Amino acid sequence: MESIIRIEALKKTYVLSEENVVHALDGVDLTINAGSFVAIMGPSGSGKSTMLNILGCLDRPTSGRYFLGAEDVSRMSDDALSDVRGRRIGFIFQSYNLIAQLTVLENIQVPLFYRAQDVKTSHDRCIALAHLVGLGDRLTHRPSQLSGGQQQRVAIARSLVNDPLMILADEPTGNLDSKTGTEVLDLISRLNQDGKTIILVTHDDKVAQRAHRVVRMKDGRIDRDELRPLPLSSNPAS
Amino acid sequence: MNCDHCPCPQTLRVENMIPYQFIITVRLGFKSLKLHKLRSALTMLGIIFGVCSVIAMLAIGEGASYEAQEAIKRLGSNNILIRSLKPPEQARQQGQGSGRGFQLKYGLTYDDAARLLGTIPGVSRVLPMRIIRENVRFQRNEIPCQVIGTLPFYPEVAGAALVRGRFLAHYDEEHMENVCVITTGLARRLFPYQDPLNHAVKIATFYYRVIGIVQERSQPEQRSQAGQMEGQPLDNNVYIPLNTSRTRFGEVLIRRSAGSFEAEEVQLHQVTVQMRDLAAVETADPQIKTMLGRFHNETDYEIIVPLQLLRQAEQTKRIFNIVLGSIAAISLLVGGIGIMNIMLATVTERTREIGIRRALGAKKADITMQFLVETVVLAVGGGLVGVAVGIITPILVSHLTTMKTIVTLWSVLLAFGISGAVGVIFGLYPAKAAAGLDPIEALRHE
Repeated sequence: MESIIRIEALKKTYVLSEENVVHALDGVDLTINAGSFVAIMGPSGSGKSTMLNILGCLDRPTSGRYFLGAEDVSRMSDDALSDVRGRRIGFIFQSYNLIAQLTVLENIQVPLFYRAQDVKTSHDRCIALAHLVGLGDRLTHRPSQLSGGQQQRVAIARSLVNDPLMILADEPTGNLDSKTGTEVLDLISRLNQDGKTIILVTHDDKVAQRAHRVVRMKDGRIDRDELRPLPLSSNPAS
Repeated sequence: MNCDHCPCPQTLRVENMIPYQFIITVRLGFKSLKLHKLRSALTMLGIIFGVCSVIAMLAIGEGASYEAQEAIKRLGSNNILIRSLKPPEQARQQGQGSGRGFQLKYGLTYDDAARLLGTIPGVSRVLPMRIIRENVRFQRNEIPCQVIGTLPFYPEVAGAALVRGRFLAHYDEEHMENVCVITTGLARRLFPYQDPLNHAVKIATFYYRVIGIVQERSQPEQRSQAGQMEGQPLDNNVYIPLNTSRTRFGEVLIRRSAGSFEAEEVQLHQVTVQMRDLAAVETADPQIKTMLGRFHNETDYEIIVPLQLLRQAEQTKRIFNIVLGSIAAISLLVGGIGIMNIMLATVTERTREIGIRRALGAKKADITMQFLVETVVLAVGGGLVGVAVGIITPILVSHLTTMKTIVTLWSVLLAFGISGAVGVIFGLYPAKAAAGLDPIEALRHE
């Protein structure tokens, strides 16, 4: 399978003072194939968040390379990174991160806005996505008028709108009760089945069980990288 | 599936983006401002007052100077006015001992008028005037007037318009006819019920036949802005032939008041010199001064050059405008600082939103634009309201007081332009601050 993420010897170092240098990521190598569903796990301080920021092109590594698709994004300018985020990555956050003053439809449209899409097509596409996540009848609602699960579903629709290379989900069920959490995870799994690459950052084993591959981090390195049985396959992979 | 994500060319992006994205950004600005209606309104108030005060102050200044300029223009910009002036008390007493009961001789003479016409280059006409205060009677009506002895071409020089009948003619002058022309105001007061033409009015001891009615542009004795009105209605003038005035009233005018009497000998009270063109006015002024100085021991006359007064008035107006404009500009500045303050607060409040937008593909420039547009919408919105209030205020002022106000287009454009500029200038810093936020930090912000 074609790899969409290739990380080589990635380091992120925070120099807090001359004495105090923190190696948040200390030489990470990782390859993620298109269409896979990967969970990144690890205790706090393991470098999980730094990894997420760099994967999401919100931050640049101190050294090492990061190829997203065909592009080396590890040395890109701020504007170019914005562009990559807008075109290649769909974000799902723990706290939904919808914009309060915009309606459901407008929230879904935000990534397209920064890509200057044609108004008519983008409008139709956003409505289709709202229907896909089951919020077709709530297009003009504000986030504050929706439940947590509904808000997260809007966020999922938003992450899909620019047809990204991968969807980066940061604790997507962290703020939800188990029932709605399961619904949201079902939706994410379904997207993966439709061919979307999903990278999910979590510390919850139950959530991670949905993934085909679990990458466990510890002290800025990859501790364990294990494949899980595919949901449709009964063969346990080692 | 990767072929869908081919990077679109950068140029195409820019071309497609600008109008659509700009409209959305403006709409977004309105939306964000609507979210905090009171706050936005209060912030706009600063700009509203600023713009309003610029327009209103300039309108009042403009009105005031317009009135002054009109008054001066009425005197005629081609004219130079020379007026007889009673010499100062001190000089009089030194020259003649006690001022009481003496006959005082001063002022312009017929010779002066002749010399002005003969020696000053560029003079087209010289209009002499004798102005005598006397009561004019018709039947039971008696009205204090200025009886002005003058020549037939008075209307052309002073700019009076004939309403009915005719003005004095050379024939009247030569024959010292007892005829008179009265002003419209006097006609109304003296003849409330009759047609004044061909009726005889009594001035001092003689009767004069009314042959015409004129509408004044300016009164010879009037300079309203100088406060020489002496409490008399301005429009009560009676014109009689100069020769008639000399023979009927004599050169010596006696004025009696309680316990004293005063006699003055004044040949001419005023001479209006009409110049051929504006250029001649400037050069003639010093020449007249020199010429008259040679024949008068003391300056018992004053020279008024309306053109110079006009220039001075324009100069004053300019200074006035600068002062008023600066005061108003300060209030706009304060308004701008208010906007900046609120926008900084807004940026802090919306840090999370900035983080979200950055994560979803917004560049620094996009964030800068968003907040800048919001500030400009605020400032220009305030500017529009300010323009409306600023146009209404001078109208109200004109209605409630006697002050004249003129709202000029340039002051409206200026004030509006400044409000837009204030939005950009004071919005730039908060917008830059917003764009400079680290997206990771901003996303984590609670």
